[in-house]
Amino acid sequence: MELKTKIHAENGQHDLVITREFDLPLELLFKAYEEPELVEQWMGTKVLKLDNKKHGGYQFETSDAKGNVVFKANGTIHEFVPNQKITRTFEMENAPFDVQLEFLEFEQLTGDTSKLTMHVVYRSVALRDQMLQLPFAQGINMAHNRLQNIVNQLK
Amino acid sequence: MNLRRDVFQAIADPTRRAILLLVASQALTAGAIASNFDTARPTVSKHLQILTECELLEQKQTGREIYYHINAQKMKDVADFIEPFRQMWDDRFNKLEAIMKNYQSKK
Repeated sequence: MELKTKIHAENGQHDLVITREFDLPLELLFKAYEEPELVEQWMGTKVLKLDNKKHGGYQFETSDAKGNVVFKANGTIHEFVPNQKITRTFEMENAPFDVQLEFLEFEQLTGDTSKLTMHVVYRSVALRDQMLQLPFAQGINMAHNRLQNIVNQLK
Repeated sequence: MNLRRDVFQAIADPTRRAILLLVASQALTAGAIASNFDTARPTVSKHLQILTECELLEQKQTGREIYYHINAQKMKDVADFIEPFRQMWDDRFNKLEAIMKNYQSKK
């Protein structure tokens, strides 16, 4: 199955580009980034703050079923041009990763389709590669947790 | 190019990733690998076959036993293990698309 999301990451560079074409008019795609309730739905996180304007910022927080906070992130918004562009920083709190810079560009393709180009700049090549590998490491952890659960059930 | 895609497909599977992690710490026989999983032995064999075909694992005969080793160079090539990262964003964007289609029809 072909994924609609493309990642361009060159070896030895400290940035990457994520592109995705959507079956959505440009305005709807942008709205998904604009409205806190919608961001909460697709990002699967609680939006504590979303001040979408120049010098604005945002704060996200995700809790597990028991109410423990498992993920906290925040950033500053540098540029906010409706239906065109968002420039912002992103930082995971309580994590050993430096802040990253994100350039989001929104384009209309046809009346019903649109494209998002996300250029992410990391502090170093090593940090970028670490962030790329994070979901892989999490996948392994999940597989291990499942194994652990199975083993515990056998006991 | 085709091989590259196969490698990504190989590591897209969580069981195969778990196998790679196991073998990364020490070379193991097929039986030892299978004993770590709740999956049927032939299924694990199939996973090992795919990983070997993609050259992520190598077989080496030691005495009467065949041990699976990790092919570090190949793992490095696939590098960045970009596929799960892409999958994560693709899932997220699929969700965005579904939510916004629903949002549009409700208006």
